[in-house]
Amino acid sequence: MAQALTYLKESASQTAGPYVHIGCTPNFSGIEGIYPNDLGQALINDATLGDRIAIKGTVFDGTGTPLKDALIEIWHADAQGLYPSAKETRGTPDPNFVGWGRSPGDMATGEFTFETVKPGRVPHRDGGLMAPHVTFWIVARGINIGLHTRMYFADEPDANAEDPILTRIEHQNRVPTLLATPEGKGVYRFDIHLQGDSETIFFDI
Amino acid sequence: MSGYIARDRAWHPPALTPGYKTSVARSPTRALLSFATTMSEETGPMFGHDMLGPQDGDLIHNYAAAGQSAIGPRIVVHGRVLDEAGRGVPGAMVEVWQANAGGRYRHKKEGYIAPLAPNFGGCGRVITGEDGGYEFRTIQPGPYPWPNGPNDWRPAHIHFSVFGHAFAQRLITQMYFEGDPLIPLCPIVRTIPSDAAIDRLTAALDMNATIPMDARAYKFDIVLRGARQTLFENRMEGV
Repeated sequence: MAQALTYLKESASQTAGPYVHIGCTPNFSGIEGIYPNDLGQALINDATLGDRIAIKGTVFDGTGTPLKDALIEIWHADAQGLYPSAKETRGTPDPNFVGWGRSPGDMATGEFTFETVKPGRVPHRDGGLMAPHVTFWIVARGINIGLHTRMYFADEPDANAEDPILTRIEHQNRVPTLLATPEGKGVYRFDIHLQGDSETIFFDI
Repeated sequence: MSGYIARDRAWHPPALTPGYKTSVARSPTRALLSFATTMSEETGPMFGHDMLGPQDGDLIHNYAAAGQSAIGPRIVVHGRVLDEAGRGVPGAMVEVWQANAGGRYRHKKEGYIAPLAPNFGGCGRVITGEDGGYEFRTIQPGPYPWPNGPNDWRPAHIHFSVFGHAFAQRLITQMYFEGDPLIPLCPIVRTIPSDAAIDRLTAALDMNATIPMDARAYKFDIVLRGARQTLFENRMEGV
């Protein structure tokens, strides 16, 4: 018999349930006084370098109904393409950039909004550059394991055309599900569809 | 850094689990896009201990009026956040939320007839220490009925949201209590394919960690995805 491998198994995911906002954005859900503010509200401040953008979107279920009990988190590089992480060895990331945001969505409509800066390009492990993108993670009641995806920018056609992730997608007619569309000055719309003809491409990463 | 170990999707619940009705319209139907992790997934936000308030990890008191405390069975929940290689994950943010002792959440959309507890908010957070250890105090939540099948009940549980060191490790799960007969009956628990994986989410009563005449203790370890590491990499992590 061979030696035993001693790896542990990752804890199984369970749905975030209907009350994820109690735990992750308690002030939003009306539980005030425990934390001074909810985590992930601000990605930038006045001194952050880069072009200001707003990302707006709604998560829709398979019937076209917007989710109002979802939690959406994003993570992206600064304007130079550097991550505010201890693992970032390529340079010094912008000290005024948080890079991580969390939104419970609007109470009435479910629409999320993130005020941030446009990310720079980040290298892929093969050495080439990825197109500017924002990593998304979506959890909600009825979602058994958090959904990973990326938002790219529809107005970056050249960078997108050489992105190693976008170009490997077999069904190129689905790539637009990952593209945020400009909607006025600095505003991008990125709707997420859990099912249906325009089902977003979700990642197993 | 040479990427994160792939998720064992057969160990986790699938997206579509008709016994849990809400998953039916919220489950992606197409195959997920698989690719090796990049910097975008191998990094993630870091949280410092200095951002925590003194009562963030004490749900018995963090919403209570001065001199009062939440009603219910007092417990300590402790354990470690580990990666798949068994290494402790230091600096991991652990956020928890739960119903009160009667099974009622403090939420405007919650309709269960059990009353709110005036001194209980139902959320807390801690950051793991150097060995990945964490601990918080709370009251044991009650089971409650929920609209799914005609008579479905959730076992007593605490929700956990965990940040490791990478966005690829992001995890939300639930902790159950050893011996709860509702565990095998619950459609949400049963989204998990194997009993072995359910057992890993079931905290054991830990008499050695109880506080005599104060609180029982439950031990709950959480395992996040691990990073592959090999001496044949050009650059070891942290070197």
